[in-house]
Amino acid sequence: MTENPYQPILATVIDIKEEVSGKRAIKTFKIEFQDEEVKENFSFFPGQTIMISLFGIGECMFAISSSPTEKGYIEVSVMKLGKVTDALHEMSVGDTVGARGPYGNHFDIDGWKKKNLLFIGGGIGQAPLRSLINYCLDNRNDYGNLEVIYGARTSEDICFKEKFDEMQKQQDVDVHLSIDVEEKGWDHFVGFVPTNLQRLNPSPVNTIAITCGPPIMIKFVIQNLLELGFKENQIYTTLEMRMKCGIGICGRCNIGNLYVCKDGPVFSYDQLKDLEGDM
Amino acid sequence: MENLVMSKEKLPEMLTEIASKYALFGPIEENGFTSFKQISNSQEINLDYLLSRISPKSLIFQQTETLFTFSKGKEVKVNTLKTDEAKRVIFGIRPCDARGYSILDPVFEGKKEGDYKDPFYTKKRNRSTLIGLSCNKPDVNCFCTSFDDSPASMKNVDILFTDIGEKYLIDIVTEKGKELIENLSNLFSKASEEDGELRKKVEQDAIDTITRHMNTEGVVEKLDKMFDHELWQKTAMRCVGCGICTFLCPTCHCFDMQDEATLKEGARIRVWDSCMYPEYTMHASGHNPRPARMNRVRNRIYHKFNYFPKNDKIFACTGCGRCIDYCPVNIDIIDVIAKVKEVKI
Repeated sequence: MTENPYQPILATVIDIKEEVSGKRAIKTFKIEFQDEEVKENFSFFPGQTIMISLFGIGECMFAISSSPTEKGYIEVSVMKLGKVTDALHEMSVGDTVGARGPYGNHFDIDGWKKKNLLFIGGGIGQAPLRSLINYCLDNRNDYGNLEVIYGARTSEDICFKEKFDEMQKQQDVDVHLSIDVEEKGWDHFVGFVPTNLQRLNPSPVNTIAITCGPPIMIKFVIQNLLELGFKENQIYTTLEMRMKCGIGICGRCNIGNLYVCKDGPVFSYDQLKDLEGDM
Repeated sequence: MENLVMSKEKLPEMLTEIASKYALFGPIEENGFTSFKQISNSQEINLDYLLSRISPKSLIFQQTETLFTFSKGKEVKVNTLKTDEAKRVIFGIRPCDARGYSILDPVFEGKKEGDYKDPFYTKKRNRSTLIGLSCNKPDVNCFCTSFDDSPASMKNVDILFTDIGEKYLIDIVTEKGKELIENLSNLFSKASEEDGELRKKVEQDAIDTITRHMNTEGVVEKLDKMFDHELWQKTAMRCVGCGICTFLCPTCHCFDMQDEATLKEGARIRVWDSCMYPEYTMHASGHNPRPARMNRVRNRIYHKFNYFPKNDKIFACTGCGRCIDYCPVNIDIIDVIAKVKEVKI
């Protein structure tokens, strides 16, 4: 290991899963550190992020979408959207990338024990939630009810489809899917995620709500949660910003005086409500 | 610590000796502007200057700096760079610019357990000895005294030279400074009481020539209440977004990281960036949290006078006046803060 925090560690792409195809393509990349010792010792918490390097192209920060209970590798789920993600989507199994991290704070997996957890995700915003959901399912007895509300633009845009299918068959987790506009053969809810939340009317008693998705969705989900009686300290979200250093130095990812890279990415609404800043 | 004096005639001899033992940096004249560069002999140095155009932050936090190199293709390798371990002396730095380093320290060196340290900055910073040079004639836009500082402040330097006529009065401030002086031939003699008085007079005269003042009392709390005030839109209407204020500022520290590569090899390079540019915060999705100039101008003022004080208990302004001197549309930071004070809430 080097003392240079900007220097990534080499890792190999060991599996690529196409989650969503077409214009808004999403792939999940399974990555394994090349150094056995690093591979063995790398640890993280759900909600933390990792900086992935493509040498000669650049770096991007992603939420780790796998759970810490899965050892020996990490996964990132990435929408093809810009220079680095375009190149990442072109990669094949066996290719080398760089990785540095994990960065930022994380979901309070210890503090939330015995509580009911309500996950509200939209689109690729499900990626950080996936890490937490899988962690909770792997430690099922530590948590109360688990309920997942997830929506995408169309049925084609639903990320982690197989996992949702699997969860829908399980007794110990409730799943509610939605798409934005009517489609033939769709027998779940049609409409936006905040509307689905309102309709489902979950109880705030002993419950923590965690939401991630497009900024506009987060805004209305929080509004509706408050109307449902959730207190400000029962609502959590995880945010993203353009980042370069990932360690609180390069200056750009601030909202007010907080840096999303190191003070976040997980924030409670209690923190955010008084925070004036450009989001 | 103790005070010494040195005849001005001996300065070249001292600098030549320093340059033979350390990497010496000082103000030189280049293309009509003063800038801080490495020098090998005393002839290059120009002490007839007030402020270098680009602040000497560039000596510690370089404008471009390679973070690591890599080879790509079939076998990818990352190469750690050997860092330059030479001890440095920065001669002729103004007290306000030395204060700039102190403001940047918590950003790059971390403040609490678990914070990352930037080794590129910290290594250069730790092995630099600062020989400050008092300002006898502050400029029209100087306002260091607004930050409890002085044109002859010893707070952030290891040694301070003050021009008292025929001689320099030398304040040895830190152990590091003492060590440097002891490592040089004895060109110095003990300062007399009269020399000390002269130094005080020079400092007071310099303070008296400073006419501009920024009143920062209560500004942090005031800004907390005026995020949506029309002042930001009004201020931003003049701004052309050139970013000169950020590049010249001794406390601006934002940077970008970019890859320069051929098919076989490359390097990741850090370059100064500016919060004045829209690309700075643009997400890949097209969403931009600071899409308008108003957002960016506001963020810069808040960073210096609200966020920095909240995070590091200090205003991120040294009162050097560069942003006022060089702004092409005359945006005046003293004026902006005065307007903040005037706003009734």
